[in-house]
Amino acid sequence: MSKREQLKDDYLENRLIRRRLILAAFFIVLMLGIVLGRLYVLQIVEYEHFSTLSDSNRIRIKALPPTRGLIFDRHGVVMANNLPTYRLEIVREQVEDLESTLQQLRQYVEYSEQDLKRFKQSSKRRRPFESIPLRLNLNDEEVARLAVNLHQFEGVEINARLTRNYPQGEHAVHALGYVGRIDERDLSEVDEVDYAGSTHIGKLGLEKFYEHELHGTVGVQQVEVNANGRTLRVLSEAPPIQGNNLHLTIDSRLQRVAEEAFADRNGAAVAIDPTNGEILALVSMPIFNPNLFVNGISFDNYNALRDSPSRPLFNRALSGQYPPGSTTKPFFGLAGLETRVNLVDSETYCIGYYRLPNEERRYRDWKKEGHGHMDLNGAITQSCDVYFYDLAYRLGIDRMSAFMEQFGFGIKTGVDSTGERNGLLPSREWKRRAEGMPWFPGETLITGIGQGALLVTPLQLANSTAAFAQKGTRYQPRLVKSVEKIPGYNRIDIASRVAGRYEIQKQENWEHVHNAMVNVVHGLRGTAYRISQGIQYKAAGKTGTAQVFEVAQDEEYDEEDVAEKLRDHALFVSYAPAEDPKIAVAVIVENGGHGSSVAAPIARRIMDAYLLEQS
Amino acid sequence: MNQMLDQDSVSVTRRVLDALRLDPVLLSLLVILALFGSMVLYSASGSDQAVVLRQLTRILVAVLLLIAVANIPVRMLRKISIWLYLAGVGLLIAVMFFGEVGKGAQRWLDLGIIRFQPSEILKLAVPMIVAAYLAPRVLPVGFKELVVSSVLVLIPVVLIARQPDLGTAILVGSAGFFVLFLAGVRWRIIISLGVIFSAMAPLLWKFALHEYQRKRIVTLLDPESDPLGSGYHIIQSKIAIGSGGVYGKGWLNGTQSQLDFIPERSTDFIFSVFGEEFGFFGSVVLILIYLAIIFRGLYIAAHSDENFGRLLAGALSLTFFVYLFVNTGMVAGMLPVVGVPLPLISYGGTSMVTLMMGFGLIMSIRSAKRFLV
Repeated sequence: MSKREQLKDDYLENRLIRRRLILAAFFIVLMLGIVLGRLYVLQIVEYEHFSTLSDSNRIRIKALPPTRGLIFDRHGVVMANNLPTYRLEIVREQVEDLESTLQQLRQYVEYSEQDLKRFKQSSKRRRPFESIPLRLNLNDEEVARLAVNLHQFEGVEINARLTRNYPQGEHAVHALGYVGRIDERDLSEVDEVDYAGSTHIGKLGLEKFYEHELHGTVGVQQVEVNANGRTLRVLSEAPPIQGNNLHLTIDSRLQRVAEEAFADRNGAAVAIDPTNGEILALVSMPIFNPNLFVNGISFDNYNALRDSPSRPLFNRALSGQYPPGSTTKPFFGLAGLETRVNLVDSETYCIGYYRLPNEERRYRDWKKEGHGHMDLNGAITQSCDVYFYDLAYRLGIDRMSAFMEQFGFGIKTGVDSTGERNGLLPSREWKRRAEGMPWFPGETLITGIGQGALLVTPLQLANSTAAFAQKGTRYQPRLVKSVEKIPGYNRIDIASRVAGRYEIQKQENWEHVHNAMVNVVHGLRGTAYRISQGIQYKAAGKTGTAQVFEVAQDEEYDEEDVAEKLRDHALFVSYAPAEDPKIAVAVIVENGGHGSSVAAPIARRIMDAYLLEQS
Repeated sequence: MNQMLDQDSVSVTRRVLDALRLDPVLLSLLVILALFGSMVLYSASGSDQAVVLRQLTRILVAVLLLIAVANIPVRMLRKISIWLYLAGVGLLIAVMFFGEVGKGAQRWLDLGIIRFQPSEILKLAVPMIVAAYLAPRVLPVGFKELVVSSVLVLIPVVLIARQPDLGTAILVGSAGFFVLFLAGVRWRIIISLGVIFSAMAPLLWKFALHEYQRKRIVTLLDPESDPLGSGYHIIQSKIAIGSGGVYGKGWLNGTQSQLDFIPERSTDFIFSVFGEEFGFFGSVVLILIYLAIIFRGLYIAAHSDENFGRLLAGALSLTFFVYLFVNTGMVAGMLPVVGVPLPLISYGGTSMVTLMMGFGLIMSIRSAKRFLV
């Protein structure tokens, strides 16, 4: 305490600071002495060693690219592997005149401006003694022609490297994605060191999502080279480690059946095992051959794919957003029962249209003359719109969107691939945020039949249907069943994950809607009755038609009149066997007209193949 | 007659320097070092005149700022410390929200005309505020003063380390620490802090360091573990310095440097170019020049007649030493790779300006008392 009360004594304080300054000065001399000592060791003691390393044109470090992991379907069918292909590579340091070499090479092999650009780009990043590919995928003739003339070109090499190959060609392309040449943007997302030897990276889909598993670990080779850059001996080598293999949930046979069922129509289909979320087939039509992309697609091929009006590059299953139409009716029906807004035997009288109190506008039923007296079972079986207008009016949008969200509408499913979109579940809050407008009652009605702002992706719709089949338990859908770790080849199963669970208040409510959906397929008046011919199991389903084209109040939709592009989308959701669902399917056929005539048969074909034709 | 004229011209120079409140010894050492640095830079940049020209412009601007700072009276410096400090911390927080990301870290603030790193302000503001706080108080520092000063230092250090910019955080932290050290923090506190810090090292390793920072330390201990990444830099830098030998390969003749083997060779790794071209002899001379600058700073600190000047001039000189030590240690493969430039030689404007302004502060402190030498 006495110290605190002391007055400031400048003499003492100055002495203290000076003492510390002197101490610091000694410390600095000591530390700089250590630095100089280190430099002495490097520059004088070990001079010979470093000088040799520097003069004899030193040790070189070569990156050895790892082999990419393989992809198998659920039964072990190879979906992606690697094949040796020949590449034309150049070691810049050994080339006297790069420009003229590049010119002369043109006599023996063709390469595009793109190849050249890519070559120059990687030249900037790689060291002068690394070999950089100029052309990939040389054919036998080109290899032969070059091999004969190679002696003229110092520093030009033909090397065999493993390149990604998709043996199934265009099948399952939207599930797998593809790899392509690495560009600057890719490198900013990964550790550049790991990719020092790699030329390819996952660009899309599974190949991108599981890049960290598939890529593997880069190897390193330290070699001693002579003045001309020729390898004298390998000093040390850490071999690369192959990437992990993936085993998919996809059944490639089922996938093909589904793709073929579409014939030449565009659209999407997703089949899910409702008991665990495994995706059995993921189809987006049309398809294209991913092998085109591996070695750099040509401009012509790419433009053809990009500009095609049927948009083959667009992954409809994950990125396509469609109005679900009447396929939402089972969900709203269940919402009505669970909230006790409707009872099982509540009836609505359908006169072919519905009107809000105090409003002129008519909300039309698809059946102009009306369905007459309708209870829930009938309204689902025959897809009566008026029943659901009325239900929606009494439920209100808040309860509707809260209920639908529990079945995964409007939220990403979290599937293990790229490009998945949200869909859209409208609500008051959404509308205020997106459009700065209040919610109008009319929009509630339209939402009630799955039109208006409501949008789903085919995957979302399949997953919600699967959740319905599971009485409210919704799994996170996934494409990969297990990862096979290399080395060791242990298969590590990816556990199925419950994404959400809706607790059903009353078991009978669910059963009532479920029975109505069975009626859709098997009942005489069911909208999908046509597909029940010769069916060997019981299926539950719901048809849907999504409007692309809005028909004015006083007009009528006439299929013949409307251009194909504006025709309605046909939808069908289904699960089977009804008593113990093993597969849930959602099918969307773009501009296909009615769900019953085109979408339902595709779903039936998929379910048949899965349930009856298992090998 | 001749001698008379000579003496006359000398005294004219002296009078001009005095009028500008500049220290002739320190100023000439700094200018020699900076010009010598530009020569090394010419070689390191692959004989790029544009780069050297830009660097010379920066030296000129930095010296003008040095003169400006040297002419601020010490009384004023004490008063503005608090505002400079608050402004610096405020800008650091602004960087967190509006900063631009460059090379993976958020450090830059874009003010339209100029882009700058607010962390640079704190390299000066932190020692200034701590010195201003401690100067009127009884020394050696008591417990309360120690706590207050530590908080003043740690706030900006943590903000900077989070950007993440470990190099600058170390520099700002040591500047603040040195003021406390000079103000007589008791040895038992310094030692117990050292013990606590070493005991916490494993925890810091696990939680405070980024993955890339851990990797750099591992790489330092075993460069072979990452021969394709930063280990490659250390290996190549050592080859460059080692192959320089006693007298070096000569200016513009470093094979390692002229070929593309040394990374960042005009910025953080410029010392390996120097070592290769000027050898051990050149390195000794260079380090002696640095030592002279540091000792001149310490001398001015010891001869200042009040505590603020003593503490600030001493801490700034010691921080200058940290720059030198961390950079040369890193390039020679003794310390992990952190982004600290070789002071007054590495290419780049920000550190040049801050360093010169720091020496402006030292010169202002010197002029507060009329020196004879």
